[in-house]
Amino acid sequence: MIPPGDHALTENGLAPDGTGRVLVIGCGALAHEILALKRANGWDHLDLACLPAIWHNHPERIAPGIRAAVAQHRAGYATILVAYADCGTGGGLARACAELGVEMIAGPHCYAFFDGVDAFAARQDELTAFYLTDFLARQFDAFVWRPLGLDRHPDLVASYFGNYRRLIYLAQTDDPALDATARACAARLGLDYERRLTGYGDLAGFLSARG
Amino acid sequence: MADEDDDLILADLPDEELVPQMHDDLYDGLRDEVVESVEILLARGWEPYRVLTEALVAGMTIVGKDFRDGILFVPEVLLAANAMKAGMAILKPLLAETGAPKMGKMVIGTVKGDIHDIGKNLVSMMMEGAGFEVVDLGINTDVDRYLGALETEQPDILGMSALLTTTMPYMKIVIDTMAERGIRDDYIVLVGGAPLNEEFGRAIGADAYCRDAAVAVETAKAFVARKHNRMLAS
Repeated sequence: MIPPGDHALTENGLAPDGTGRVLVIGCGALAHEILALKRANGWDHLDLACLPAIWHNHPERIAPGIRAAVAQHRAGYATILVAYADCGTGGGLARACAELGVEMIAGPHCYAFFDGVDAFAARQDELTAFYLTDFLARQFDAFVWRPLGLDRHPDLVASYFGNYRRLIYLAQTDDPALDATARACAARLGLDYERRLTGYGDLAGFLSARG
Repeated sequence: MADEDDDLILADLPDEELVPQMHDDLYDGLRDEVVESVEILLARGWEPYRVLTEALVAGMTIVGKDFRDGILFVPEVLLAANAMKAGMAILKPLLAETGAPKMGKMVIGTVKGDIHDIGKNLVSMMMEGAGFEVVDLGINTDVDRYLGALETEQPDILGMSALLTTTMPYMKIVIDTMAERGIRDDYIVLVGGAPLNEEFGRAIGADAYCRDAAVAVETAKAFVARKHNRMLAS
């Protein structure tokens, strides 16, 4: 399976191939990472469907979206896994997954499971940190800049980010170009910059243990 | 709205045209124009409280309604709020001097672990515009700071705000601690923030969930009136 472009993942998500006995239904922002793990580990049994990544900004859509996707695909697979953390659903996704009998990733959001949920929880000095992942660094304009109206009113940066101090780029891949992109995002928000190479964090363990 | 008014001389407008123009300028987030108009009205002898209510609060109420109806979005509301804030900065010291109706007092803060304050600041501003004295504790407010402020400020209302699903449960810690200390019923507790809803507000023992700043003001007024009525009755 070749992942579509980031724009398609953002707006439409990804349809499954229809092959394999395990279907992962995940956030479009994780498609590249899940497919990279699939390739690296030879997980031919694993198929991937993604919901639109832009739901990152609309968490109220996630649990209903998962319910619909599980209903649509359940008959075709022996196992369904949900590649989302809580992601702003306030426990709504966990309740939906429990009712549906499917497993999801532990943790509050992808920042936590990329970093490692335990490690992330132990960090005491990151209250004023704003996070990006590989996908969000590439799609910064679509997920941050334009939705906040900063393309039209860049002077509102201080209103939105005045309490933040640092942008931490949680890097899944060691990519100097993406590092530069994330650094530029920090500059646009007027924040200090830090890059933390996390790799795939808890995502790899979640998929390998249950796949 | 602004194009046709590019050459408008605000000082040339009579009051009955200037005030609607201020509403438009607030709507469009035109800070400098709002400030200029506030100064014009004051120079014409308007009481600061009248400028606040008829020009700024009334204008911001239109903004709030259109936000609720999905006509305006957060960036536009922020621009309007910044314009109103600039106008209020002129009026505030004058209101203190001239005296204005006092509706009550509120202590407000964003809960521990949360640094988001756009909604909280908007509520503070609209509450002040409605005649409430507001003590703003800022962001990342822990239970000790909330309770300390209740003790020292003796407000009518405690307001708590959260933007994150991970931080909103902290509101219950504050309310539970108030209950443990036997002071819960001494205060009106209002909560708000994007991920909250009425069900959550009820579940944690708040008096009300307020979906936006305008609702917060109306809810606060209603609860304070009820409180005063109870006091009079007893």
